[in-house]
Amino acid sequence: MSTATLAPANTTPEIVVDKDLGYKIFQIGNFTFERDEYFAHILYPGNRHIMQIEAFLRALMRDVAWGFFYGTVNFDAVFGTVNHYGTVDMFVGRYNEAYRKAKNDYQETFVSKDLREVFVGILDNWTNDGFDPFAAPEESGPAYGAKHGDNKKAVDRQRVVAKRMVGLAGDTPLRSDENGFPINRQFADVKQDVPEIHAKPGHEGEVHAFNLFSYLSRSDVTWNPSICSVVKDSLLCPTTEEQTLPIVHGNDRVEWFIQISDEIFWEISDKTTGAPRSHVLMKAGDVAAMPADIRHQGFSPKRSMLIVWENNNDALPAMHASGELPPYPVEF
Amino acid sequence: MSSHTVFGSLNHYAKGGVKLIGAGENPKHYVFSNVFEVASHAKPYEKIAVAQNLKYVIEVLRAEGTSTWFAADHDESALVMDGQIEIHLIKPEQRQVAPGIEGAVRLAGTPAGEEMGWVKASRGHMVLLPKGSAYQFRATTTGVILLQTIKGVETVEKWSSICQTAA
Repeated sequence: MSTATLAPANTTPEIVVDKDLGYKIFQIGNFTFERDEYFAHILYPGNRHIMQIEAFLRALMRDVAWGFFYGTVNFDAVFGTVNHYGTVDMFVGRYNEAYRKAKNDYQETFVSKDLREVFVGILDNWTNDGFDPFAAPEESGPAYGAKHGDNKKAVDRQRVVAKRMVGLAGDTPLRSDENGFPINRQFADVKQDVPEIHAKPGHEGEVHAFNLFSYLSRSDVTWNPSICSVVKDSLLCPTTEEQTLPIVHGNDRVEWFIQISDEIFWEISDKTTGAPRSHVLMKAGDVAAMPADIRHQGFSPKRSMLIVWENNNDALPAMHASGELPPYPVEF
Repeated sequence: MSSHTVFGSLNHYAKGGVKLIGAGENPKHYVFSNVFEVASHAKPYEKIAVAQNLKYVIEVLRAEGTSTWFAADHDESALVMDGQIEIHLIKPEQRQVAPGIEGAVRLAGTPAGEEMGWVKASRGHMVLLPKGSAYQFRATTTGVILLQTIKGVETVEKWSSICQTAA
């Protein structure tokens, strides 16, 4: 299924990359995706949007790995997706005030698995050997040039989704040198001690603890909140951040940040228009809510540890959209 | 390359903040606080909410001395942000929390039941507080605990005094 909400007269995309660089062209609905040595070209009825290939692939990697995530994943100020949990809007300019005013925005709605299939194909075909879209820029080779090899190991990574808590029997495992998670270069000074666990016989499966900071110091990806502890719909999703969040996230619910180490500078903009609203500087121990009516992008000068805290209640997007819930979590 | 990872503690923390750019913005919308600052002004084991998402909360506890026993009818997690803390667990003979009650309740004394064991945790260690157990914190050194839980009768809300309210 695809449903266009605006259908300009010219619905035949042109092919703009006429060189044979070895990359496949992908189409879904009225969208066509092409790449050349340096850029991703997103063709939609009557127009084209262009992004640097590294930025595009880094954003695409998150959108794929997170199953379109909560709410809006802006690849930049123009292009992105909105998750409706079963269907996904793919848009150009829909949440950009200038595009909207000029009526140059465009959007189609797809069944999630159909769009995911296309996105996975792009990621697989357009990612060259040596480029890791999940890694910090300093830890990855470039994405540029004609097609040369692939990096399936990097793009096929599975997001950590603990059912109860990391390290419990039958749950997602701890990280170690032995299972391929060495300590990251920027967390070389993070203590690797383990909690003492003194479980009485019969209670080994319940008396449990692990070193979360050590676990995070061994993360091989950046800007990838992963579920480590669950209390019903309350999901603690720690992550390690370095350089720039490759997307601008517009959540469909309130989420919270707890800065564990170092610092992150957040730019906050209006979710609908993109107009700047605030800056939030978070240092170790700081806690801040990200309201449901904003979009945010983070900048982490040094690799840092952050807990993203989400409420996984399916009813929240509709409650915020209808005004039943305010965009702010606490009134005081 | 050498690296220096900055963590906070009760004795040493720095705080960021919210800077407003757009008209009509309000710093209270970001509910900005700092767990070490909150703990530095807290009573021992006062359960102060620093984040709330409908019924769910993240609470800060100043771990100092020995706490009363607590119990909850659902899992909770405790992340030690500072200090060294023992967490002792008992499987009570009698149900300690009425059905349908969420959040942790404070118990009058030590519940009768089977000792499950204990954990000695320090900064960075995350501890499971399993559903149906009773638990007690014993701080070897004064510290800070972040508790992932559900808002309950013991949750203390004092947002105006812990959060940034002016630009």
